[in-house]
Amino acid sequence: MKTLALFVVVITGAMLIYAGQDLPAFGDINSPSYQAPMTQYFIENSLEESGVTNIVTALLANYRGYDTLGETAVIFTAGMAVILLLRRRET
Amino acid sequence: MSGVIDIVYAEYNYWIYVTLMMIGFYAMIAKKNLIKKVIGANIFQTAIFLFYISLSDVKGGTAPILVGGHGAEHAADVIYTNPVPHCLILTAIVVAVSTTAVALALIIRIYNEYGSIEEDVILAARRKLQPEFSEHARQKGVAEVSRQ
Amino acid sequence: MSRIQESVIIRTVVRITVPFIQLFALYVIMHGASGPGGGFQGGVIFGAAIILYAMIFGIAEGKKKMSDALDKILASTGLVIYAATGLACIIFGGMFLQYSAVPLLPDPAEVSKYLIDLVEIGIGITVLAVMISLFFDISPPESEPEGAEE
Repeated sequence: MKTLALFVVVITGAMLIYAGQDLPAFGDINSPSYQAPMTQYFIENSLEESGVTNIVTALLANYRGYDTLGETAVIFTAGMAVILLLRRRET
Repeated sequence: MSGVIDIVYAEYNYWIYVTLMMIGFYAMIAKKNLIKKVIGANIFQTAIFLFYISLSDVKGGTAPILVGGHGAEHAADVIYTNPVPHCLILTAIVVAVSTTAVALALIIRIYNEYGSIEEDVILAARRKLQPEFSEHARQKGVAEVSRQ
Repeated sequence: MSRIQESVIIRTVVRITVPFIQLFALYVIMHGASGPGGGFQGGVIFGAAIILYAMIFGIAEGKKKMSDALDKILASTGLVIYAATGLACIIFGGMFLQYSAVPLLPDPAEVSKYLIDLVEIGIGITVLAVMISLFFDISPPESEPEGAEE
C-alpha cells in the first residue's frame, strides 16, 4: 500500500516537473501573466478607479467585490457548520 | 551538465512547489489517520499558494502598493509585482481555512461516535454496526440497502 | 489547569500584550486601503488576541469576553455590512458594489476609498467572530480531565 502510494506520488511529481519546463522562469518580467493587458490595466488604473493605493485591496474589494462577498459568506457558512456539528452538548 | 543546472536554477520555485505538493499528496493517500490526512491537504494547498505567489514575482519588483501614495506623480519606472495572483490566493487561503475547520469538526464528531480517528478502525466498526455496509452493499448498491 | 496556564510570567505578559495585539489588528484593518493589510488579516489577528487570552485564562474566562450569542451576532453583522454596502450602491442608481455611484463626496474615487474601508471592516468583523467561535467549538470542554483522550 505504502509502495503503491509512493509510486503514484513519484510519477505525479515527475509529470508536474515535466509540465513545469514550459512555464516562465522565476522572476521573469516577460512572463505572459505579467505582460497580460489585464495586469497592466490594474496597475495603471486602479488608483483612479477605486482610490486606494494598495492594488491588491482594489482588486479584492472593487473589481472582485462580488467574489469577496461570496468568500465572506463561505467563512460565515463554515462557522455556522462547525456550530451545528459540535454545539449539541448544551441542548 | 551546466545547461541542466541553469534550467533547474531558473525554475527552482517549481521544484520546491512540486516537492511540497507531493509531500502533501503522499500524506493524503497513504496515511490512515484522519488528522494526518487533513494536514496533508493543508500542505498540498500551501504548495499551490506558493506556486501562485512565485508566479507573480518579478525580479526587482516591489509589492503591489503604489509608491508615493495619494496625489503623488507616480513614477513610471517603478516595477510592481503582479497583483492578480495575490488576490486570488487571498481568496484561496480563506477557503482553505474554512475547509480545514469543517474537516476538523467532522473528525471530532467521528471520534465521538467511533472512539478513533484511524480509518481502519472506523471502517471495521462501521462494518460491525451495519453488516450490509460491506459485501452486500457493494453488490446491490448502498442506496437500495438503506431503503430496506 | 496545566503548568503553562499557572505561570505568572505568561499570565502577566498575555494580560499586557492582548490590548496591543487588538490595536494592531484595528490598524491592519483600517490600513488595508493604503498599505499591506485588509479585513481578513486584521480579523484573524483580532481573533488570535482573544484566542490567546482564552488559551491562557481558560475557555470559560474567554467566553466572558466574547459570548456565544455575541459571536453569532457579530458574524452576521459583518456579512450584512458588506451586503448592505452593495445594496446601497443599487439604491443610488449604480450596479451592485459599484462604489462610485454613491454621491457622498464630489470625487467618486474618494467615495470608493471610504466604502472599501467600510467593506473591509465588515469582512474583519465576520472573520474575527468566526475564528473565535471555531476555537471555542473545537476546543474540548473544560470539565474533562486532562489526558482523558489517551
